[in-house]
Amino acid sequence: MVTVTNLKKTYGNFTAVDGISFDVQKGEIFGFLGPNGAGKTSTINMMIGLARPTAGEITISGIDVRRYPKKAQAIMGIVPDDSNLYNEMDGFDNLCFCAALYGMKREERESKAQQLLERFRLKEAGKRPFKAYSKGMRRKLTIAAALIHSPQILFLDEPTTGIDVESSRQIREMIVELKRQGATIFLTTHYIEEAERICDRIAFIKEGKIVASGSLPELMHSVSHGYAVRLVTDKSAQSLTGELQNRFKGSKVTIGQEHSVVIASSKRIVLLPVMEFFHEKGIEVYEAKELRPSLEDVFVKLTGIESSVLRKEKGGKR
Amino acid sequence: MKSWIAFWNILKKDIKNYYLKPPNISWGIIFPLSWTLMQLIRSPDKNVLQLLPGLMAMSVLFGTTSMLAVTITFERSGRSFERLLLAPISLNVMVLAKMAGTVLFGVFNAFVPVVFASFFIDLSFAHWAVVLPAVLMIAITSALMGLLIAVSAEQVFEAQTLSNFFRFPMLFLCGLFVPIASLPVFLRPLSYLLPLTYGVDILKGAIVGMNAFSPALSFGALAFFAAGLFFVCRRQINRRWIL
Repeated sequence: MVTVTNLKKTYGNFTAVDGISFDVQKGEIFGFLGPNGAGKTSTINMMIGLARPTAGEITISGIDVRRYPKKAQAIMGIVPDDSNLYNEMDGFDNLCFCAALYGMKREERESKAQQLLERFRLKEAGKRPFKAYSKGMRRKLTIAAALIHSPQILFLDEPTTGIDVESSRQIREMIVELKRQGATIFLTTHYIEEAERICDRIAFIKEGKIVASGSLPELMHSVSHGYAVRLVTDKSAQSLTGELQNRFKGSKVTIGQEHSVVIASSKRIVLLPVMEFFHEKGIEVYEAKELRPSLEDVFVKLTGIESSVLRKEKGGKR
Repeated sequence: MKSWIAFWNILKKDIKNYYLKPPNISWGIIFPLSWTLMQLIRSPDKNVLQLLPGLMAMSVLFGTTSMLAVTITFERSGRSFERLLLAPISLNVMVLAKMAGTVLFGVFNAFVPVVFASFFIDLSFAHWAVVLPAVLMIAITSALMGLLIAVSAEQVFEAQTLSNFFRFPMLFLCGLFVPIASLPVFLRPLSYLLPLTYGVDILKGAIVGMNAFSPALSFGALAFFAAGLFFVCRRQINRRWIL
Protein backbone atom coordinates (compact mmCIF):
# COMPACT_ATOMS: atom_id res chain seq x y z
CA MET A 1 0.00 0.00 0.00
CA VAL A 2 2.76 2.45 1.00
CA THR A 3 6.41 2.19 0.04
CA VAL A 4 8.93 4.70 1.32
CA THR A 5 12.46 4.39 -0.07
CA ASN A 6 15.55 6.29 1.08
CA LEU A 7 13.45 9.27 2.14
CA LYS A 8 15.47 12.28 3.18
CA LYS A 9 14.59 15.79 4.30
CA THR A 10 17.04 18.53 5.12
CA TYR A 11 16.40 22.08 6.28
CA GLY A 12 19.64 23.96 5.60
CA ASN A 13 22.33 22.05 7.44
CA PHE A 14 19.85 20.16 9.60
CA THR A 15 18.81 16.68 8.51
CA ALA A 16 15.32 15.97 9.81
CA VAL A 17 14.86 12.63 8.02
CA ASP A 18 17.93 10.69 7.03
CA GLY A 19 17.30 8.18 4.26
CA ILE A 20 14.56 6.08 5.83
CA SER A 21 12.81 3.16 4.10
CA PHE A 22 9.73 1.20 5.16
CA ASP A 23 6.50 -0.12 3.78
CA VAL A 24 2.95 -0.30 5.06
CA GLN A 25 0.83 -3.28 4.06
CA LYS A 26 -2.79 -2.97 3.00
CA GLY A 27 -5.18 -3.32 5.94
CA GLU A 28 -2.62 -2.98 8.72
CA ILE A 29 -2.05 -0.42 11.45
CA PHE A 30 1.52 0.79 11.16
CA GLY A 31 2.88 2.63 14.17
CA PHE A 32 5.60 5.24 13.91
CA LEU A 33 7.19 5.90 17.29
CA GLY A 34 9.80 8.36 18.35
CA PRO A 35 10.47 11.34 20.61
CA ASN A 36 9.93 14.98 19.62
CA GLY A 37 12.27 16.06 16.86
CA ALA A 38 12.92 12.49 15.73
CA GLY A 39 11.51 13.19 12.28
CA LYS A 40 7.97 11.82 12.62
CA THR A 41 6.14 14.96 11.49
CA SER A 42 8.61 15.64 8.67
CA THR A 43 8.07 12.09 7.42
CA ILE A 44 4.29 12.30 7.63
CA ASN A 45 4.31 15.75 5.95
CA MET A 46 6.29 14.35 3.03
CA MET A 47 3.98 11.35 2.77
CA ILE A 48 0.86 13.53 2.61
CA GLY A 49 2.36 16.03 0.17
CA LEU A 50 2.73 18.93 2.58
CA ALA A 51 6.52 18.91 2.36
CA ARG A 52 8.89 18.11 -0.48
CA PRO A 53 11.42 15.34 0.09
CA THR A 54 15.05 16.30 -0.43
CA ALA A 55 15.59 12.79 -1.78
CA GLY A 56 13.84 9.44 -1.91
CA GLU A 57 10.60 7.98 -3.17
CA ILE A 58 7.10 7.62 -1.73
CA THR A 59 4.41 5.61 -3.45
CA ILE A 60 0.90 5.16 -2.11
CA SER A 61 -1.33 2.66 -3.89
CA GLY A 62 1.08 2.86 -6.81
CA ILE A 63 0.90 6.67 -7.00
CA ASP A 64 4.19 8.56 -6.88
CA VAL A 65 3.45 11.18 -4.19
CA ARG A 66 6.29 13.45 -5.32
CA ARG A 67 5.00 13.65 -8.88
CA TYR A 68 1.26 13.43 -8.30
CA PRO A 69 0.58 14.75 -4.79
CA LYS A 70 -3.02 15.76 -5.57
CA LYS A 71 -3.86 12.34 -6.99
CA ALA A 72 -2.41 10.73 -3.88
CA GLN A 73 -4.25 13.14 -1.56
CA ALA A 74 -7.54 12.01 -3.09
CA ILE A 75 -7.11 8.55 -1.52
CA MET A 76 -5.76 9.76 1.83
CA GLY A 77 -7.51 10.75 5.02
CA ILE A 78 -5.38 12.98 7.21
CA VAL A 79 -5.77 13.68 10.92
CA PRO A 80 -3.15 16.19 12.10
CA ASP A 81 -1.89 16.34 15.66
CA ASP A 82 -3.88 19.52 16.20
CA SER A 83 -7.52 19.63 15.07
CA ASN A 84 -7.67 21.88 12.01
CA LEU A 85 -11.37 22.30 11.35
CA TYR A 86 -13.13 25.66 11.21
CA ASN A 87 -13.95 27.04 14.65
CA GLU A 88 -16.77 29.25 13.44
CA MET A 89 -18.58 26.43 11.60
CA ASP A 90 -20.68 23.74 13.28
CA GLY A 91 -19.77 20.05 13.20
CA PHE A 92 -22.15 19.16 10.38
CA ASP A 93 -21.05 22.06 8.17
CA ASN A 94 -17.39 21.27 8.82
CA LEU A 95 -17.92 17.71 7.59
CA CYS A 96 -19.93 18.87 4.57
CA PHE A 97 -17.24 21.41 3.69
CA CYS A 98 -14.50 18.77 3.90
CA ALA A 99 -16.59 16.49 1.66
CA ALA A 100 -16.99 19.31 -0.87
CA LEU A 101 -13.21 19.67 -1.05
CA TYR A 102 -13.19 16.10 -2.39
CA GLY A 103 -15.82 17.01 -4.99
CA MET A 104 -18.70 15.14 -3.32
CA LYS A 105 -22.18 16.23 -4.34
CA ARG A 106 -24.55 17.86 -1.83
CA GLU A 107 -26.87 14.89 -1.11
CA GLU A 108 -23.90 12.55 -0.80
CA ARG A 109 -21.95 14.80 1.54
CA GLU A 110 -24.93 15.56 3.77
CA SER A 111 -25.86 11.90 4.18
CA LYS A 112 -22.19 10.91 4.80
CA ALA A 113 -21.82 13.73 7.35
CA GLN A 114 -24.93 12.52 9.22
CA GLN A 115 -23.66 8.93 9.21
CA LEU A 116 -20.28 9.97 10.58
CA LEU A 117 -21.79 12.18 13.30
CA GLU A 118 -23.85 9.19 14.45
CA ARG A 119 -20.94 6.77 14.24
CA PHE A 120 -18.71 9.09 16.28
CA ARG A 121 -21.49 9.78 18.79
CA LEU A 122 -21.54 13.46 17.88
CA LYS A 123 -25.06 13.71 16.49
CA GLU A 124 -26.23 15.95 19.33
CA ALA A 125 -23.25 18.24 18.86
CA GLY A 126 -23.61 18.40 15.09
CA LYS A 127 -25.21 21.85 15.14
CA ARG A 128 -22.87 23.32 17.74
CA PRO A 129 -19.92 25.43 16.58
CA PHE A 130 -16.62 23.55 16.51
CA LYS A 131 -15.09 26.06 18.93
CA ALA A 132 -17.56 24.88 21.60
CA TYR A 133 -16.36 21.25 21.39
CA SER A 134 -14.25 19.60 24.07
CA LYS A 135 -10.77 18.40 23.06
CA GLY A 136 -11.97 14.81 22.72
CA MET A 137 -14.94 15.84 20.58
CA ARG A 138 -12.70 18.01 18.42
CA ARG A 139 -10.40 15.07 17.80
CA LYS A 140 -13.29 12.75 16.99
CA LEU A 141 -14.77 15.23 14.51
CA THR A 142 -11.34 15.68 12.91
CA ILE A 143 -11.11 11.91 12.42
CA ALA A 144 -14.66 11.90 11.03
CA ALA A 145 -13.65 14.66 8.59
CA ALA A 146 -10.71 12.56 7.43
CA LEU A 147 -13.08 9.66 6.71
CA ILE A 148 -15.70 11.68 4.84
CA HIS A 149 -14.45 10.60 1.38
CA SER A 150 -13.83 6.95 2.38
CA PRO A 151 -10.04 7.10 1.98
CA GLN A 152 -7.90 4.05 1.27
CA ILE A 153 -5.30 5.07 3.82
CA LEU A 154 -5.65 7.08 7.00
CA PHE A 155 -2.79 9.11 8.48
CA LEU A 156 -3.23 9.73 12.19
CA ASP A 157 -0.73 12.04 13.84
CA GLU A 158 -0.86 11.62 17.62
CA PRO A 159 -4.60 10.87 17.64
CA THR A 160 -5.00 10.51 21.40
CA THR A 161 -2.55 13.11 22.65
CA GLY A 162 -3.92 15.62 25.13
CA ILE A 163 -7.44 14.22 25.37
CA ASP A 164 -9.35 12.54 28.18
CA VAL A 165 -9.09 8.83 28.91
CA GLU A 166 -12.62 7.99 27.75
CA SER A 167 -12.22 9.79 24.42
CA SER A 168 -8.82 8.12 23.93
CA ARG A 169 -10.41 4.73 24.51
CA GLN A 170 -13.19 5.49 22.05
CA ILE A 171 -10.70 6.67 19.44
CA ARG A 172 -8.58 3.53 19.85
CA GLU A 173 -11.71 1.43 19.42
CA MET A 174 -12.58 3.38 16.28
CA ILE A 175 -9.09 2.84 14.87
CA VAL A 176 -9.33 -0.91 15.46
CA GLU A 177 -12.83 -0.93 13.95
CA LEU A 178 -11.56 0.90 10.86
CA LYS A 179 -8.84 -1.70 10.47
CA ARG A 180 -11.46 -4.44 10.76
CA GLN A 181 -13.30 -2.77 7.90
CA GLY A 182 -10.15 -2.98 5.79
CA ALA A 183 -8.62 0.49 6.22
CA THR A 184 -4.86 0.94 6.17
CA ILE A 185 -3.68 3.16 8.99
CA PHE A 186 -0.40 5.01 9.49
CA LEU A 187 -0.21 6.19 13.07
CA THR A 188 2.34 8.26 14.91
CA THR A 189 2.20 8.23 18.68
CA HIS A 190 4.17 9.00 21.81
CA TYR A 191 2.27 6.37 23.76
CA ILE A 192 4.14 3.08 23.60
CA GLU A 193 1.28 1.19 25.28
CA GLU A 194 -1.10 2.50 22.65
CA ALA A 195 1.15 1.30 19.84
CA GLU A 196 1.57 -2.06 21.57
CA ARG A 197 -2.19 -2.40 21.92
CA ILE A 198 -3.33 -1.53 18.42
CA CYS A 199 -0.45 -1.63 15.91
CA ASP A 200 0.36 -4.61 13.71
CA ARG A 201 3.81 -3.35 12.89
CA ILE A 202 5.91 -0.60 14.37
CA ALA A 203 8.94 1.47 13.38
CA PHE A 204 11.07 3.34 15.90
CA ILE A 205 12.54 6.58 14.62
CA LYS A 206 15.36 8.43 16.31
CA GLU A 207 17.35 11.39 14.98
CA GLY A 208 15.82 10.96 11.52
CA LYS A 209 16.70 7.28 11.21
CA ILE A 210 14.64 4.15 11.70
CA VAL A 211 16.41 2.16 14.40
CA ALA A 212 14.09 -0.86 14.26
CA SER A 213 10.90 -1.95 12.60
CA GLY A 214 8.74 -5.04 12.47
CA SER A 215 5.80 -6.78 14.06
CA LEU A 216 5.54 -6.85 17.85
CA PRO A 217 6.92 -10.42 18.15
CA GLU A 218 9.75 -9.56 15.76
CA LEU A 219 10.70 -6.48 17.73
CA MET A 220 10.52 -8.34 21.01
CA HIS A 221 12.58 -11.21 19.68
CA SER A 222 15.23 -8.73 18.54
CA VAL A 223 15.98 -7.80 22.16
CA SER A 224 15.23 -11.09 23.90
CA HIS A 225 16.60 -14.36 22.57
CA GLY A 226 14.94 -16.74 25.01
CA TYR A 227 11.73 -17.62 26.81
CA ALA A 228 10.82 -17.49 30.46
CA VAL A 229 7.95 -18.64 32.65
CA ARG A 230 7.15 -17.33 36.10
CA LEU A 231 5.26 -19.58 38.51
CA VAL A 232 3.74 -18.67 41.85
CA THR A 233 3.56 -21.62 44.26
CA ASP A 234 2.11 -22.24 47.72
CA LYS A 235 5.53 -22.89 49.27
CA SER A 236 9.14 -22.24 48.49
CA ALA A 237 10.76 -24.32 45.76
CA GLN A 238 14.29 -23.30 46.79
CA SER A 239 15.36 -26.91 47.46
CA LEU A 240 14.15 -28.06 44.05
CA THR A 241 16.29 -25.74 41.93
CA GLY A 242 18.88 -28.36 40.96
CA GLU A 243 16.30 -31.03 40.31
CA LEU A 244 14.27 -28.67 38.13
CA GLN A 245 17.33 -27.80 36.05
CA ASN A 246 18.11 -31.49 35.63
CA ARG A 247 14.58 -32.37 34.57
CA PHE A 248 14.34 -29.49 32.10
CA LYS A 249 17.72 -29.59 30.35
CA GLY A 250 19.09 -26.24 29.21
CA SER A 251 16.88 -24.26 31.52
CA LYS A 252 17.94 -21.83 34.23
CA VAL A 253 15.89 -21.66 37.39
CA THR A 254 15.76 -18.62 39.65
CA ILE A 255 13.83 -18.48 42.89
CA GLY A 256 12.22 -15.15 43.51
CA GLN A 257 10.31 -13.53 46.33
CA GLU A 258 6.89 -14.67 47.55
CA HIS A 259 7.29 -18.28 46.43
CA SER A 260 7.90 -17.44 42.82
CA VAL A 261 10.02 -19.50 40.44
CA VAL A 262 11.32 -18.26 37.09
CA ILE A 263 12.35 -20.88 34.55
CA ALA A 264 14.29 -19.49 31.58
CA SER A 265 15.21 -21.46 28.47
CA SER A 266 16.35 -20.90 24.90
CA LYS A 267 13.37 -22.99 23.76
CA ARG A 268 9.72 -22.28 24.40
CA ILE A 269 8.66 -23.86 27.70
CA VAL A 270 5.80 -26.35 27.68
CA LEU A 271 3.79 -25.90 30.87
CA LEU A 272 2.26 -29.34 31.43
CA PRO A 273 5.52 -31.18 32.39
CA VAL A 274 6.44 -28.31 34.69
CA MET A 275 3.06 -28.49 36.40
CA GLU A 276 3.37 -32.27 36.74
CA PHE A 277 6.80 -31.85 38.31
CA PHE A 278 5.45 -29.57 41.00
CA HIS A 279 2.42 -31.79 41.50
CA GLU A 280 4.74 -34.78 42.13
CA LYS A 281 6.58 -32.71 44.74
CA GLY A 282 3.37 -31.80 46.49
CA ILE A 283 3.61 -28.11 45.59
CA GLU A 284 0.51 -26.29 44.39
CA VAL A 285 0.92 -23.86 41.48
CA TYR A 286 -1.38 -20.87 41.70
CA GLU A 287 -0.20 -18.91 38.72
CA ALA A 288 1.89 -19.48 35.58
CA LYS A 289 2.79 -16.66 33.23
CA GLU A 290 5.06 -16.42 30.24
CA LEU A 291 7.47 -13.50 30.72
CA ARG A 292 8.01 -11.35 27.67
CA PRO A 293 9.69 -7.98 27.26
CA SER A 294 7.16 -5.18 26.78
CA LEU A 295 7.33 -2.85 23.80
CA GLU A 296 8.55 -0.25 26.25
CA ASP A 297 11.54 -2.48 27.10
CA VAL A 298 12.22 -2.95 23.40
CA PHE A 299 11.97 0.79 22.76
CA VAL A 300 14.33 1.66 25.59
CA LYS A 301 16.84 -0.98 24.54
CA LEU A 302 16.80 -0.09 20.84
CA THR A 303 16.67 3.69 21.05
CA GLY A 304 18.45 4.31 24.33
CA ILE A 305 15.63 6.73 25.21
CA GLU A 306 13.71 6.28 28.45
CA SER A 307 10.00 5.92 27.74
CA SER A 308 9.29 8.51 30.45
CA VAL A 309 10.91 11.08 28.15
CA LEU A 310 8.19 10.41 25.57
CA ARG A 311 5.42 10.69 28.13
CA LYS A 312 6.77 13.98 29.47
CA GLU A 313 6.96 15.43 25.97
CA LYS A 314 3.25 15.06 25.37
CA GLY A 315 1.94 15.84 28.78
CA GLY A 316 1.46 13.00 31.10
CA LYS A 317 0.98 9.34 31.63
CA ARG A 318 -1.86 7.41 30.11
CA MET B 1 -16.89 19.19 -11.89
CA LYS B 2 -15.10 18.13 -8.68
CA SER B 3 -12.90 21.23 -8.79
CA TRP B 4 -15.96 23.41 -9.36
CA ILE B 5 -17.70 21.90 -6.30
CA ALA B 6 -14.61 22.63 -4.22
CA PHE B 7 -14.24 26.15 -5.67
CA TRP B 8 -17.87 27.03 -5.01
CA ASN B 9 -17.81 25.69 -1.46
CA ILE B 10 -14.58 27.50 -0.54
CA LEU B 11 -16.11 30.72 -1.87
CA LYS B 12 -19.41 30.11 -0.04
CA LYS B 13 -17.59 29.29 3.19
CA ASP B 14 -15.47 32.46 3.00
CA ILE B 15 -18.47 34.67 2.26
CA LYS B 16 -20.43 33.15 5.17
CA ASN B 17 -17.54 33.01 7.64
CA TYR B 18 -15.83 36.29 6.88
CA TYR B 19 -17.46 38.69 4.45
CA LEU B 20 -21.02 38.48 5.72
CA LYS B 21 -19.99 38.98 9.35
CA PRO B 22 -21.42 42.23 10.77
CA PRO B 23 -18.01 43.87 11.39
CA ASN B 24 -17.00 43.34 7.77
CA ILE B 25 -20.32 44.47 6.34
CA SER B 26 -20.15 47.62 8.44
CA TRP B 27 -16.50 48.09 7.42
CA GLY B 28 -17.53 47.68 3.78
CA ILE B 29 -20.17 50.39 4.14
CA ILE B 30 -18.74 52.75 6.74
CA PHE B 31 -15.24 52.94 5.31
CA PRO B 32 -16.21 54.11 1.79
CA LEU B 33 -18.80 56.47 3.31
CA SER B 34 -16.18 57.99 5.61
CA TRP B 35 -13.83 58.55 2.68
CA THR B 36 -16.64 60.22 0.77
CA LEU B 37 -17.58 62.50 3.66
CA MET B 38 -13.93 63.37 4.34
CA GLN B 39 -13.42 64.42 0.74
CA LEU B 40 -16.64 66.42 0.68
CA ILE B 41 -15.78 68.24 3.91
CA ARG B 42 -12.24 68.89 2.75
CA SER B 43 -13.26 70.22 -0.67
CA PRO B 44 -16.91 71.37 -0.44
CA ASP B 45 -16.60 73.22 -3.73
CA LYS B 46 -15.49 70.10 -5.59
CA ASN B 47 -17.94 68.17 -7.70
CA VAL B 48 -18.94 64.81 -6.17
CA LEU B 49 -18.55 63.33 -9.62
CA GLN B 50 -14.86 64.26 -9.72
CA LEU B 51 -14.33 62.56 -6.38
CA LEU B 52 -16.11 59.36 -7.34
CA PRO B 53 -13.33 57.53 -9.30
CA GLY B 54 -10.87 58.07 -6.46
CA LEU B 55 -13.36 57.01 -3.79
CA MET B 56 -14.23 53.86 -5.67
CA ALA B 57 -10.59 52.95 -6.23
CA MET B 58 -9.69 53.56 -2.57
CA SER B 59 -12.64 51.51 -1.36
CA VAL B 60 -11.65 48.56 -3.53
CA LEU B 61 -7.99 48.81 -2.62
CA PHE B 62 -8.53 48.98 1.13
CA GLY B 63 -11.29 46.37 1.21
CA THR B 64 -9.54 43.79 -0.90
CA THR B 65 -5.88 43.87 0.08
CA SER B 66 -6.47 43.58 3.79
CA MET B 67 -9.32 41.05 3.65
CA LEU B 68 -7.48 38.37 1.70
CA ALA B 69 -4.21 38.88 3.56
CA VAL B 70 -5.93 38.72 6.95
CA THR B 71 -8.27 35.78 6.24
CA ILE B 72 -5.52 33.60 4.81
CA THR B 73 -3.07 34.45 7.59
CA PHE B 74 -5.84 33.81 10.14
CA GLU B 75 -6.57 30.39 8.65
CA ARG B 76 -2.89 29.56 8.43
CA SER B 77 -2.28 30.38 12.09
CA GLY B 78 -5.28 28.20 13.05
CA ARG B 79 -4.04 25.48 10.68
CA SER B 80 -7.41 25.21 8.92
CA PHE B 81 -5.67 26.44 5.78
CA GLU B 82 -3.75 23.13 5.78
CA ARG B 83 -7.05 21.46 4.96
CA LEU B 84 -7.20 23.40 1.68
CA LEU B 85 -3.57 22.60 0.88
CA LEU B 86 -4.28 18.89 1.45
CA ALA B 87 -7.44 18.82 -0.66
CA PRO B 88 -7.12 17.05 -4.02
CA ILE B 89 -7.69 20.26 -5.96
CA SER B 90 -5.02 22.22 -7.79
CA LEU B 91 -3.44 25.12 -5.95
CA ASN B 92 -4.69 27.40 -8.73
CA VAL B 93 -8.32 26.45 -8.04
CA MET B 94 -7.84 26.95 -4.31
CA VAL B 95 -6.15 30.35 -4.77
CA LEU B 96 -8.82 31.51 -7.23
CA ALA B 97 -11.58 30.43 -4.83
CA LYS B 98 -9.98 32.36 -1.96
CA MET B 99 -9.58 35.39 -4.21
CA ALA B 100 -13.13 35.25 -5.55
CA GLY B 101 -14.69 36.14 -2.17
CA THR B 102 -12.35 39.09 -1.74
CA VAL B 103 -12.95 40.33 -5.27
CA LEU B 104 -16.73 40.27 -4.68
CA PHE B 105 -16.22 42.13 -1.40
CA GLY B 106 -14.08 44.72 -3.22
CA VAL B 107 -16.69 45.23 -5.94
CA PHE B 108 -19.36 45.68 -3.24
CA ASN B 109 -17.15 48.27 -1.50
CA ALA B 110 -16.61 50.14 -4.77
CA PHE B 111 -20.30 50.66 -5.32
CA VAL B 112 -21.07 52.03 -1.85
CA PRO B 113 -19.83 55.53 -2.84
CA VAL B 114 -21.74 55.16 -6.12
CA VAL B 115 -25.01 54.48 -4.30
CA PHE B 116 -24.27 57.39 -1.94
CA ALA B 117 -23.44 59.73 -4.82
CA SER B 118 -26.55 58.72 -6.76
CA PHE B 119 -28.63 60.59 -4.17
CA PHE B 120 -26.87 63.87 -5.07
CA ILE B 121 -25.97 63.69 -8.73
CA ASP B 122 -27.11 62.19 -11.99
CA LEU B 123 -24.85 59.24 -12.84
CA SER B 124 -26.65 58.07 -15.94
CA PHE B 125 -24.02 59.43 -18.31
CA ALA B 126 -21.16 57.41 -16.78
CA HIS B 127 -19.94 54.49 -18.88
CA TRP B 128 -20.94 51.67 -16.55
CA ALA B 129 -19.95 49.01 -19.05
CA VAL B 130 -16.40 50.30 -18.61
CA VAL B 131 -16.64 51.06 -14.89
CA LEU B 132 -17.68 47.55 -13.91
CA PRO B 133 -14.77 45.68 -15.60
CA ALA B 134 -12.39 48.36 -14.35
CA VAL B 135 -13.57 47.89 -10.76
CA LEU B 136 -13.28 44.13 -11.25
CA MET B 137 -9.71 44.44 -12.52
CA ILE B 138 -8.72 46.77 -9.66
CA ALA B 139 -10.25 44.26 -7.24
CA ILE B 140 -8.37 41.36 -8.84
CA THR B 141 -4.98 43.11 -8.80
CA SER B 142 -5.57 44.34 -5.24
CA ALA B 143 -6.60 40.84 -4.12
CA LEU B 144 -3.43 39.46 -5.66
CA MET B 145 -1.40 42.01 -3.72
CA GLY B 146 -3.24 40.83 -0.61
CA LEU B 147 -2.32 37.27 -1.52
CA LEU B 148 1.31 38.23 -1.91
CA ILE B 149 1.17 39.72 1.59
CA ALA B 150 -0.54 36.56 2.91
CA VAL B 151 2.25 34.41 1.50
CA SER B 152 4.88 36.54 3.21
CA ALA B 153 3.19 37.07 6.60
CA GLU B 154 3.02 34.54 9.42
CA GLN B 155 0.74 36.48 11.76
CA VAL B 156 -2.39 38.57 11.24
CA PHE B 157 -0.74 41.75 12.59
CA GLU B 158 2.15 41.27 10.15
CA ALA B 159 -0.34 41.01 7.30
CA GLN B 160 -2.02 44.24 8.39
CA THR B 161 1.29 46.09 8.71
CA LEU B 162 2.47 44.88 5.31
CA SER B 163 -0.87 45.83 3.73
CA ASN B 164 -0.48 49.41 4.88
CA PHE B 165 3.12 49.46 3.70
CA PHE B 166 1.83 48.74 0.19
CA ARG B 167 -1.39 50.70 0.20
CA PHE B 168 -0.53 54.17 1.41
CA PRO B 169 2.35 54.87 -0.99
CA MET B 170 0.12 53.55 -3.79
CA LEU B 171 -2.62 56.02 -2.94
CA PHE B 172 -0.28 58.96 -3.27
CA LEU B 173 1.52 57.72 -6.35
CA CYS B 174 -1.41 56.53 -8.49
CA GLY B 175 -2.60 59.98 -9.51
CA LEU B 176 -5.57 59.97 -7.19
CA PHE B 177 -4.70 63.00 -5.07
CA VAL B 178 -1.84 64.45 -7.08
CA PRO B 179 -1.84 64.15 -10.88
CA ILE B 180 1.09 62.06 -12.05
CA ALA B 181 2.34 64.97 -14.16
CA SER B 182 2.67 67.05 -10.97
CA LEU B 183 4.70 64.42 -9.12
CA PRO B 184 8.48 64.87 -8.79
CA VAL B 185 10.18 63.44 -11.88
CA PHE B 186 11.97 60.68 -9.96
CA LEU B 187 8.63 59.38 -8.57
CA ARG B 188 6.79 59.25 -11.88
CA PRO B 189 8.25 55.92 -13.08
CA LEU B 190 7.01 54.37 -9.84
CA SER B 191 3.48 55.55 -10.64
CA TYR B 192 3.53 53.71 -13.91
CA LEU B 193 4.52 50.52 -12.09
CA LEU B 194 1.36 50.54 -10.01
CA PRO B 195 -1.79 48.75 -11.21
CA LEU B 196 -3.96 51.26 -9.34
CA THR B 197 -2.68 54.07 -11.61
CA TYR B 198 -4.32 52.39 -14.62
CA GLY B 199 -7.47 51.43 -12.72
CA VAL B 200 -8.01 54.98 -11.50
CA ASP B 201 -7.37 56.30 -14.99
CA ILE B 202 -10.06 54.06 -16.51
CA LEU B 203 -12.53 55.13 -13.82
CA LYS B 204 -11.71 58.81 -14.39
CA GLY B 205 -12.28 58.35 -18.10
CA ALA B 206 -15.53 56.45 -17.71
CA ILE B 207 -17.03 58.77 -15.07
CA VAL B 208 -15.61 62.26 -15.70
CA GLY B 209 -13.97 61.82 -19.12
CA MET B 210 -10.49 62.80 -17.85
CA ASN B 211 -8.27 59.84 -18.63
CA ALA B 212 -4.58 60.11 -19.47
CA PHE B 213 -4.22 56.72 -21.19
CA SER B 214 -6.44 54.91 -23.62
CA PRO B 215 -8.79 52.45 -21.82
CA ALA B 216 -7.39 49.60 -23.94
CA LEU B 217 -3.86 50.35 -22.73
CA SER B 218 -5.04 50.59 -19.12
CA PHE B 219 -7.00 47.34 -19.29
CA GLY B 220 -3.99 45.70 -20.94
CA ALA B 221 -1.72 46.99 -18.17
CA LEU B 222 -4.12 45.73 -15.48
CA ALA B 223 -4.31 42.30 -17.15
CA PHE B 224 -0.52 42.24 -17.36
CA PHE B 225 -0.20 43.13 -13.64
CA ALA B 226 -2.82 40.51 -12.72
CA ALA B 227 -1.02 37.77 -14.66
CA GLY B 228 2.38 38.82 -13.28
CA LEU B 229 1.16 38.99 -9.69
CA PHE B 230 -0.59 35.62 -10.04
CA PHE B 231 2.61 34.07 -11.35
CA VAL B 232 4.70 35.55 -8.51
CA CYS B 233 2.10 34.48 -5.91
CA ARG B 234 2.00 30.90 -7.23
CA ARG B 235 5.79 30.68 -7.12
CA GLN B 236 5.87 32.04 -3.60
CA ILE B 237 3.08 29.69 -2.50
CA ASN B 238 5.01 26.73 -3.87
CA ARG B 239 8.13 27.85 -2.06
CA ARG B 240 6.63 28.89 1.25
CA TRP B 241 3.53 26.79 1.81
CA ILE B 242 4.76 23.43 0.51
CA LEU B 243 8.04 23.22 2.40
